[in-house]
Amino acid sequence: MNVMKYFTAVAAGVALLIGGAVGASAESTLEIVKKRGHLRCQVGPPSPGFYNLDAEGNWYGSDVDTCRAIAAAIFGDKNAVQFQSVSTQARFTAMANGESDVLSRTTTWTLLRDSQLGLDFTAINFYDGQGFMVPKDSGITSAFDLKGASVCVLTGTTTELNLADFSRNNALDIQPITFEDGNVRNDTYLQGGCDALTNDKSGLASNKAAFPNPADHIILPETISKEPLGPVVRQNDSQWMDIVKWTVFAMVAAEELGLTSANVDEAKANMGNASVNRLLGTEGNLGEGLGLPADWAYQIVKQVGNYDEMYERSMGDGPLGIGIGRAGSQNDLWTRGGLQYSPPFR
Amino acid sequence: MATSDTSLVKSQPKSSVSFFYDERVRNFFYQTITAGTFAWLVWYLFTNTAHNLEVRGMNSGFGFLFQTAGFDTDFKLIEYTVGTGTYGRIFFVGVLNTLFVSSIAIVLSTVIGFFVGVLRLSTNWLISLLALTYVEILRNVPLLIQIIFWYLGVFALLPKVKQSADFLGIAFLNNRGLYVPSPVPGDLFWMTMTAFVVAVVAAFMLRRWARRRQEQTGQQFPAFWAGIGIIVTLTGVVYLATGMPLSWDIAALQGFNYQGGFALPPSFLALLVSLTIYHSAHMAEAVRAGILSVSKGQTEAANAIGLKPGKVMALVIIPQAMLAIVPPMISTWMNVVKNSSLAVAIGYSDVVALFMQTSLNQSGYAIEIVAITMLFYMTISLTISFFMNIYNKRVQLRER
Repeated sequence: MNVMKYFTAVAAGVALLIGGAVGASAESTLEIVKKRGHLRCQVGPPSPGFYNLDAEGNWYGSDVDTCRAIAAAIFGDKNAVQFQSVSTQARFTAMANGESDVLSRTTTWTLLRDSQLGLDFTAINFYDGQGFMVPKDSGITSAFDLKGASVCVLTGTTTELNLADFSRNNALDIQPITFEDGNVRNDTYLQGGCDALTNDKSGLASNKAAFPNPADHIILPETISKEPLGPVVRQNDSQWMDIVKWTVFAMVAAEELGLTSANVDEAKANMGNASVNRLLGTEGNLGEGLGLPADWAYQIVKQVGNYDEMYERSMGDGPLGIGIGRAGSQNDLWTRGGLQYSPPFR
Repeated sequence: MATSDTSLVKSQPKSSVSFFYDERVRNFFYQTITAGTFAWLVWYLFTNTAHNLEVRGMNSGFGFLFQTAGFDTDFKLIEYTVGTGTYGRIFFVGVLNTLFVSSIAIVLSTVIGFFVGVLRLSTNWLISLLALTYVEILRNVPLLIQIIFWYLGVFALLPKVKQSADFLGIAFLNNRGLYVPSPVPGDLFWMTMTAFVVAVVAAFMLRRWARRRQEQTGQQFPAFWAGIGIIVTLTGVVYLATGMPLSWDIAALQGFNYQGGFALPPSFLALLVSLTIYHSAHMAEAVRAGILSVSKGQTEAANAIGLKPGKVMALVIIPQAMLAIVPPMISTWMNVVKNSSLAVAIGYSDVVALFMQTSLNQSGYAIEIVAITMLFYMTISLTISFFMNIYNKRVQLRER
């Protein structure tokens, strides 16, 4: 064999390898996103309430709105987002390897996920709990009636673990029927392949809204777990984590101050209240530490709205909502006895 | 000028070939570089992966196999309790589930495949057309679609629990599964099992004796039926003598579901049926190819000495056709095991669904879990092909 050809081949192969490895340098996520010009937001398979597709193929929902708020803060344009719909199984891997910038899809904050998957949780934009849904004519009125029942559950979720705990703690001997695909799970439940469906209660409301006869199903009163849901980012990028976290807080703070997308222009022009001025960027520069323009929070409130507007659009009784009442629930503002609370903007 | 010496000098090979032009040295040199590059590549991939996992704060290592897995599964062949079961145990539950459905599917698809393959070659036009339709439809529709069809289109539409189909009061079929009685062995059941094993060995030895006797004296002996008789008599006698130590646990409806008995979930049934008939089509084609590969002269010669068509097929054609049938049969068997991983689409708890999906998502040890799963499938496939290659070699040696 020609010596030169041989060595060229080997050297080329090695160079390709090394070149490929060195390619990924340590840029911050904000720089990467700004260079790209849009945000990559990972959502789940479409389901009402959190991330769903309307008739024209546009994404809507509260997790979708969170991503739009981040895009509005960075680019001043709530539509500078690319939505990636990923299955429940691949969500954390697709996040950890850099395919998405932020994961916003009803993901429960747990210690294991925070510490062992290379991910960080930011803020809680929805406080939820797990429940059960049964057909109305089954005669089941309480979760403790489910002794020996078959329950359909999605695999790879905290739902599955909580179901096993609940069954064990109450000696109910529940048979889990696990599915990878939410649609196959729903179909099996609707055809009577299992006695009950278990999911976060907001997920149950979302599933119910998509069933052929929603009124034939009831959600049992018991809540068997805590499910704090919020957006997730990769570890080791504190600035990006701060951006996502304070975007969520900005919407809550706007509601605390009485700002809505309708009156924010007027409030900005008036410059009457110091807290309002600091939030909207007309006084001080809170956006500097985040690497964002001074009016980042103003853009969020103007284009996406405050927390209440976001909630009512997606979860309320409107045409696109799933009918979960906010008043008196955990997602109400702290001044009214709920848990939504923003640290001060100063 | 020693002309008498030149011929001697020229007939000797040149002793000093330059070191770098010696072919053996060159080969050794190139091979060392290639092997070295390959080894460096493997080392580089390994350390690079480990470094990347560490930088991203993701866990690695195999210690998770001893941590408790917090989830339960609906179909398990060995003991597994939620609080104390570890990820390692879940792996074994998944392995057993995979092997359970694969082994039954292999046996059934081979039997059906042989049957359909022989039918394909029938002289009856209608029968061979039916067999052709069977094979062509099943071979050309992707297996995943067939699995989902059987699950959603057939087994999910079975009657509800309260209206289960009842087979003689001991087996029940509904959309939660098939409930068959499970055997509960009593104290002295091991005697019956031992008697059974002894009887099977005796039957094989009888067959060897009968065959040798036939080769020497030409007298035939009904070794098959005699063997069956030995097995049944010996086992039955011991069973009755020890007081019939075998009771059956029959499923009964309690509350939501049938409890007791042996429950086969509809996902298992759908997977078994679809794997069986899909691979039976491949097997049928392999059998047909094998039979056609035997030269026509064999059939004619066998007919000429007066053998009936059934015996021609069984004694002359099929043994020779096995040479051509066995290699594709090996790969079909391996495909059954690998295709059983599609169970995850319908919720059957095989090793992919339990270990590679659920455990991976709950624990986060992606690379280790996928590597273990790949190793498992490789081991099973290599074992199957190893044993079948031994059989193949034995069959080949017999023919000259």
